[in-house]
Amino acid sequence: MSKQLALVIDLNVCVGCHACVTSCKEWNTSGAAGYMSDDNPYARDPTGTFFNRVQTFEVGEYPNTQTVHFPKSCLHCEDPPCVPVCPTGASYKRAEDGIVLVDYDKCIGCKYCSWACPYGAREVDEHQKVMKKCTLCVDRIYDESLPSADRKPACVMACPTSARLFGDVHDAESAVSRAIRDSGGYALMPEWGTHPANHYLPRRKTEITLHRDELERVDNPLKIDGKLPKPDLRAPSLDDSTSW
Amino acid sequence: MRPAFSVIFLTTLIGAGQGLFIALYMAELGALLGLWTMPPGLYFALGCVLSLAFLAAGLLASFFHLGRPERAWRSAAMWRTSWLSREVIALPAFMAAVAAFGLAHYLRGAASLTLALGAAGLTLALLLFICTGMIYACIQFLQEWHTPLTVINYTLFGCASGFLLGTAWAAAQAPALIGVSALWTAGFTLCALLTRLASLARNARIRPKSTIQTAIGVKHPRIAQKSEGFMGGSFNTREFFHARSFAWLRGVKWTFLLLVFPLPLALLAAGAAYASWPLLAAAFALQYLGLLAERWYFFAQARHPQNLYYQAIS
Repeated sequence: MSKQLALVIDLNVCVGCHACVTSCKEWNTSGAAGYMSDDNPYARDPTGTFFNRVQTFEVGEYPNTQTVHFPKSCLHCEDPPCVPVCPTGASYKRAEDGIVLVDYDKCIGCKYCSWACPYGAREVDEHQKVMKKCTLCVDRIYDESLPSADRKPACVMACPTSARLFGDVHDAESAVSRAIRDSGGYALMPEWGTHPANHYLPRRKTEITLHRDELERVDNPLKIDGKLPKPDLRAPSLDDSTSW
Repeated sequence: MRPAFSVIFLTTLIGAGQGLFIALYMAELGALLGLWTMPPGLYFALGCVLSLAFLAAGLLASFFHLGRPERAWRSAAMWRTSWLSREVIALPAFMAAVAAFGLAHYLRGAASLTLALGAAGLTLALLLFICTGMIYACIQFLQEWHTPLTVINYTLFGCASGFLLGTAWAAAQAPALIGVSALWTAGFTLCALLTRLASLARNARIRPKSTIQTAIGVKHPRIAQKSEGFMGGSFNTREFFHARSFAWLRGVKWTFLLLVFPLPLALLAAGAAYASWPLLAAAFALQYLGLLAERWYFFAQARHPQNLYYQAIS
């Protein structure tokens, strides 16, 4: 099976700091593919093109709530519905690594692919008038001039809690595949058969289970620990009777 | 979905153009079968010019939908997979067939030639209806659109509107055809009423397959969005929300139900009875306004699952 690069995002670890958002924007707006345009960045109603967003959801009812920070970018579906609808072939999925990309020189800006993405992962650049989306930092992960440890998407590099893993989900022994397997990784909106390559790891409650027998010392079979009187404060202690 | 006016004009204008051409071809077929006398050549030639005007206006409107219209020629590339690409091929092909059919009539070509050109045009007109409808019907998670009724409605609305225009055209150029043309128009309009009511009933009962639970993958009945990641709006908050009230939506629905069906049918009956082309043209104009409202409603009613991620700003 060919390679399928993807992100695995651990919702149990994400703290919602938006470092991946800003790092993604910084890297991709400076790249060879051109800037990601903004309008009113420092005024009312700022808006702009982003490949990655972090959203926040509250699960449950007060006071029993969980805050879930939810980073959302293109999921690089294994069966991407946005690709076949593109009339020009600008939207395509790379055979060699499974990354879904847009050829900005072929895109006519008809927005049909954004209608055909159930996740809202694509955004039109309002000034360049072409569709944009996460590239998994394709201009970074293969860059031989970078140290091999840095050949990862900018969002993964930036995450302070290591909530974002990057790797080949078709390689059963990769870190991402192990994380999906061992930690219950799941895909978004499985009902549409898009088979997203990106996976999410669920929130996990840290709980310790104590059984009744664990509340007592195993080497205290006669249960005499509790019966011993506390020594008087003025009574001689071990320090008084022992010479070192 | 936010209704895209360029697409609303595209689909309604080319629908009328396609319907008008089919009406012209039916007039020729009936005359050849001896059902009525053959209308004059100018009825066909100028009728094709009228049809081409609507098709060209629709094509022009479609360019306003594109961010990069200068690259529009590229959109014919992916006809193997994309209905949009297929439409991009079918529309100019159909326009060429209409032009050839009109020219053949203008030059008094042989009946076999016009018949063959017309058959090609009819086939392309039907293919174009299918392409246009399938652009919307093929997106499975836009559940309001993902039904054969979408293609059927596009076809029937186009035929109703084009035949109404054809009736007005017959009143001006070939009065013998008014009666039969009015009957066809009424038939298509009533069929469209039935199928549109069917799709309205279907869409009112749709249960969305995607929920906030499947969207973020958390299985809890109570999930509330607290932040969508930004406060000033984005493409996602602009493109997929119509931002109109429920009352407005209901108003548009009743407006198009009135303007597309009963009012034009009343004007059609009056126009056919008096053989008055201005009355019939008014019926067409009124119905066209209604079709704009119908198409607006078609877009606004579709709920895109991506909206689940944009329920609260902060």
